[in-house]
Amino acid sequence: MRVGVFICHCGNNIAGTVDVARVAEETRKLPGVVYATDYMYTCSEPGQAEITQAIKREGLNRVVVAACSPRMHEVTFRRTVEKAGLNRYLFEMANIREHCSWIGEDKEANTRKAIEAVRMAVAKAMRDRPLYSSSFAVNKRVLVIGAGVAGMQAALDCAEGGLETVVVEKSPSVGGMMARLDKTFPTIDCSICILGPKMVDLVQHERIRLHAYAEVEEVKGYVGNYQVKIRKKATYVDWTKCTGCGECMEKCPGKNAYDHFNCGVSPTKAINIPFPQAIPKKAKIDPQFCRQFTKGKCGVCAKVCPTKAIDYEMKDEIVTEEVGAIVVATGYGLLDQERLPEYGAGRYPDVITGIQYERLLNASGPTAGHIVRPSDGIEPKTVVFVSCAGSRDKSIGVPYCSNFCCMYIAKQAILTKDHLPDSQSYVFYMDVRATGKGYDEFTRRAQEEYGARYIRGRVSRIYPKGKKMVVRGADTLLGTQVEIEADLVVLATAATAAPGASMLAEKLHISYDTNGFYVESHPKLRPVETNTAGVYLAGAAQGPKDIPASVGQGSAAAAKVLSLLSKDMLESDPAIANVNTAACVGCLKCLKTCPFQAIKEETLRSGKKVASVIETVCAGCGVCTATCPCGAIQLQHFTDNQILAEVNALCRM
Amino acid sequence: MGAINPAVNREGDFMAEVGKESGENPLLCYQCGNCTAGCPYTEFFDYPVHRIMRLIQVGQRETVLTSKAIWLCASCETCTTRCPCEIDVAHIMDTLRAMSLREGKCAEKDVRTFYDAFLASLQRHGRIYELGILMRYNLLSRHVFADADLGPKVMAKGLIRFLPTNIKGRDEVAGIFRKYAEKRK
Amino acid sequence: MTGKRSYAYYEGCSLEGTAAAYDASVRLVMESLGVGLEEPPDWSCCGSTPAHATDHLLAAALAARNLAIVEGMGSNTLVTPCPSCLSALKKAHGRMAKNRVFKEEVNGLLDTPYQCTVAAKSALQVIYEDIGLEEVARPVTTALAGLRVAPYYGCILNRPPALACFDDPENPVSMDLILKAVGVDVVDFAFKVECCGAAFGVPKAEMVHRLTAKVLDMALDAGANCIAVACPLCQQNLDLRQGQVNAALGTSYHIPVFYFSQIMGLAYGYSPGQLGIDKLIVSADALIGTRGPVEKSSAAAEAGKKEAV
Repeated sequence: MRVGVFICHCGNNIAGTVDVARVAEETRKLPGVVYATDYMYTCSEPGQAEITQAIKREGLNRVVVAACSPRMHEVTFRRTVEKAGLNRYLFEMANIREHCSWIGEDKEANTRKAIEAVRMAVAKAMRDRPLYSSSFAVNKRVLVIGAGVAGMQAALDCAEGGLETVVVEKSPSVGGMMARLDKTFPTIDCSICILGPKMVDLVQHERIRLHAYAEVEEVKGYVGNYQVKIRKKATYVDWTKCTGCGECMEKCPGKNAYDHFNCGVSPTKAINIPFPQAIPKKAKIDPQFCRQFTKGKCGVCAKVCPTKAIDYEMKDEIVTEEVGAIVVATGYGLLDQERLPEYGAGRYPDVITGIQYERLLNASGPTAGHIVRPSDGIEPKTVVFVSCAGSRDKSIGVPYCSNFCCMYIAKQAILTKDHLPDSQSYVFYMDVRATGKGYDEFTRRAQEEYGARYIRGRVSRIYPKGKKMVVRGADTLLGTQVEIEADLVVLATAATAAPGASMLAEKLHISYDTNGFYVESHPKLRPVETNTAGVYLAGAAQGPKDIPASVGQGSAAAAKVLSLLSKDMLESDPAIANVNTAACVGCLKCLKTCPFQAIKEETLRSGKKVASVIETVCAGCGVCTATCPCGAIQLQHFTDNQILAEVNALCRM
Repeated sequence: MGAINPAVNREGDFMAEVGKESGENPLLCYQCGNCTAGCPYTEFFDYPVHRIMRLIQVGQRETVLTSKAIWLCASCETCTTRCPCEIDVAHIMDTLRAMSLREGKCAEKDVRTFYDAFLASLQRHGRIYELGILMRYNLLSRHVFADADLGPKVMAKGLIRFLPTNIKGRDEVAGIFRKYAEKRK
Repeated sequence: MTGKRSYAYYEGCSLEGTAAAYDASVRLVMESLGVGLEEPPDWSCCGSTPAHATDHLLAAALAARNLAIVEGMGSNTLVTPCPSCLSALKKAHGRMAKNRVFKEEVNGLLDTPYQCTVAAKSALQVIYEDIGLEEVARPVTTALAGLRVAPYYGCILNRPPALACFDDPENPVSMDLILKAVGVDVVDFAFKVECCGAAFGVPKAEMVHRLTAKVLDMALDAGANCIAVACPLCQQNLDLRQGQVNAALGTSYHIPVFYFSQIMGLAYGYSPGQLGIDKLIVSADALIGTRGPVEKSSAAAEAGKKEAV
C-alpha cells in the first residue's frame, strides 16, 4: 500500500485556520502513507501536475486530497489520477474546508480535526478497490411535463434539435398561465397573440406528441432510460370525434362549474371548452358539477353533439412513454385569498386577485373585456391595487418576493386607464421591483402617463361599506394612514408552488425547498439542472419568474437535454450496490427498503434465491447496505468495512 | 431633528436596549407601514407607530421616550396581529412606556394621572374603587368636571358603588407594589 | 353530559362595579347551561391596562397572584368574562412559563408563588368550545324577533392570535354562532375587532368618541339595531358614552348595547331585571318588548320544510 496525501491550503481559506504543514507532518506518520505534502491550490493546473508527478515518482497506488468539499472538485481529481494511470476510485477526499476551516477560528481545534479527517480518509483509501463503469444506451426521446410557455419552449427546442418529444399537460389545453393573460409587460403585447403561434407549433410539430388533460402517474428508470406511466384522465368526450364546435357548452344546464381557466372569477358549464383559442380545442366534462354524473338525469350534451362524441362511460387511460430525459416545467400556483383574512378571506366579491382581474381585462374573458365589479356589474371608478398580498410575509409562511407582481400591477393600472378613461387607480406598494429591460421605465409610465397614483405603504385591512370597499393603508413616506373607498380591489396574491408539485417531485426523486419550489443543482451556475441525473427544470417551477426568464430557462433545459442525448452511450456510476451471493440468505429486506426499486429477486442455478441489484437503476444511496442483516449486499466504494475503518481511525486516540 | 449621524446617535445602543427589555428585535422591521395602516389611533399620534419603530432603529431615544404616541397607544394589538415580520409591536410600545415612565418623560400627563389613580386604588384596596379613581383623577388632573355629565346617568341606574371593597389580602397586594419599588431602585 | 362542569371564575373589578349586569347575566346563563362557577377566594385586581402600561413585572405579579390562588383551589382553568383581565392573566402565565428568570422575579414579589399550571379562558370561549352550540340552543324558551344584532368582539378578545388561541383574529364567529343558536338575527358586521377607545374614556374622551362613533356607524351600516359585546369597557364606551359621542360629534345614535350573555339570558327566559338590561343607559325596551315564547309548532314546521328541499 503506497498512499500519497496532498493537503491543500486553498489560499487562505484552509491555511488561515488550519496548520496545514502540521497536518502533513502528522499524516506522514501513518502506516501506509509514503508521501504527504501541502500545496497552495491543489485544484489548479500546477497542483494537478504535482499530483500526477508524485504518483509516478513515488509509485503511489492510493491518493488522498484534503481540501474542499468533494462536490467541488472530486470529479476533476478523479480524472487527474486516472490520467496518471490509477483507477479513479482509488482516490479519496477529506473535507477540511466546509467541514473544518470554515467553521471557526480556533486553529488548534481545526488542525486537530483536519488531522483526524485525513486519517479517516487514508483508512478508507486503503480499502478502496478499483471500480469500472459500464456503458449503457440512451433513449433519444425527451418528456416535458407542463405545457406553459417554459415547457413549450423546451419542447420546441428539443424537437427542432431532432429529438422525439412527449409533452404532458395537466389541464385540457396548452398555454399555462400566459394564455390567461391579457397583455404582457413591458411591451403590452397581446399575450395569446404571441403565445398562440407557439401553441400551434407545439401540437403540429411532427416530432412532438402531446398528452393533454394528463398527468404523470409513475416514473421508473434512470437517466437515459426512463419509463413513465402517464394517466390520461377521462374527459368523457371522444376527442377524436369532438370538433370543438361548442354546442354542448351552449346547451348544458349545469351552470355552476368552477372555471379553472378563469380562476373562479365566473362560473362555467359542467361540460366546457376552456377558452376560444384553446389547443386542443375539445370539450371535457367536470363530473362533480354534471347532472348526469351526480343525479343520473340529463344527457343534453350527448343529444346535441353533432358528432356523437360524448361518452359517459369513459375511463382514465394509462399510457407508457420511454424517454431518456425529463424536463419539469410545471409552473406555479397562487395563494388562496382564504389565507388573507384581513382582506376578507375571499368573502367579498369585489376583492379579486390579479389573475382574476386579468380575465376581466381580457376580451375573450367572461365579461368580454369590460371591467365591471363582480358584485353588481357596474364599471368601477376607483380601482385599488394591493401589492404583496401574502408575499414577503413570514407570518403566513411566504417570506419570499413573488417576482412579477410589481410589473403586472403597473401593466394592469395602465390597461385600466385604457379601458376606463374616467377611472383612477391607486397602487399600494412596499417597493417597486422592476429589474428587467425597460421595466423601470414602464412603471414610471404607469404613473406619469396613465395617472396611476403610487402610495408607499402596506394595506392593513379591507372591509365593505355600503357598496364600496374601504382600503385602509399607510403612506409611510408621509407618515399617515390612507383610507380609500374603492369600487374594486385587486390583490397581487403571492405566487406559490403549483398544486401537487411535491407529489410530482417524489415521483421524480427531485428535491423541493421549504416553499415548494424545485431545487436546482446550483443557484448561480446550474439553474436548470437538478441533482437527479436526467431531470431538468424550466420556468416558475424552480421559482417565480416572468415570461422572458421562463422562456430562457426552457431553452436552457432543452440545451442540456440535447447535450445529454447527443451521445449514444452514457457511463454508469460504478459506486453502486453489489450482492455477494454466497453470503446472501434471500431475506429480500433490501428489496423492500430500496427507495428506487433497484433490487430484484434472482434464482441461482443451484436453486438458491438471492437478491440482485439492477445496476442501471441503483442510485448508490446505501440503504440496502444498512438494512442487510448479514452484510451480503454492499455499496461499492462505501462498504461496511470501509466505514468501520474510518470509525476506527477516528476513535483511535 | 437635525441630520442623523449614526456614530453620534449610537443607534445600536437604543435599539439594543429596547430589544433587550421587550424581547423583540426592532431590526426585523422593514417599514412596510402595515401597523400604521391598521392603527385606530394614528390620527391622534404625533408619530405614527411605524415611525416610532424607525426612530428606534436610528437611535432617536429622546424623541421616542418623550413622544405622545406611546402614551396614546391602547395596546389594541392590531399592529401585532398583522405585522408581516412577526414583531410584537404592542409589546414594544408597552416597553417604551415603562422606559419613558422610569425616566420621567411621560408626555401625556392626564393618561399617566389616570393610570396612577387606578394603581393607587388597587394598592390601597386590593381591588379598584371606581368612584375613588375618578375623584382622584379629577383632582390631580384639574379636570374637575370630567365625566360630570355621566354622573346622573350612572346614579339613576344604580351603577355606582359608593364604598370600596377591601380584600383581606390587600396587604399582600400592597406588598407587591412595595417589593416591586425596591427592586426597581 | 358526564356531570356538572365547574370552573374557577374571575369576574374582575369592572364586573363588581359598573359592569355588574355582565356578571349577573353570565352567572345566570352558566347556571342554565349546567356550569358551576367558583370564585377564587379573596381575588385581587389584575392590574389591567394601567399595570401593563407601567411595567411588565408589576403587571405579571398582580395577575399571577390570582393564578396562584386558583392553583390553591386545585383548579387548572380560570374563566373570566373580561378580555382585559384575560389578557393580563394569559400574558403573566405565558411569560412566566417561557422564561424561568422572569418567573422567579415575579414569584419574588408574591406571597404564594405561581407554578404556571392555570389556563385562562374567556366566558365566550368556554361557552363556544367547551359547552358547544347544541347545548347552547337547548335552554331557549323565548324568541327575540325584535333584535338585529351586530356582534362586537372588541380588540383584544381574539388577538393577538398567538396569545388568545381562540377563534379567528380578523373575522371571529363564536359570538355570531352563539347568538344564532339562541335564535337571534345576526348581521354581517365588518368592525368586529376594531378598537372602541379602550381605557381612554376618562383621560382622553375625545379619542373614545371618535372610535366609538365608527363602531356605532358601521353597526347601523350593517343593518343592525343593537350591538352585542363581550367586554365591560366596550359596553361602557358604546353605551354609557353614547350620549357623549352624540354631543361631541353632532350625531344622534340610539343603539342599545347588550352583553351577549344578556341576550342569551333573555332567550333562556330570564327577565330584563334579572339580567341588568334595565340598567342600560340607551334603553333596549323597544327592541325586547316584542319578545315572546318560541313557537314549538312553527319550529317543527320549519324543520319539516328543510327536510323536503
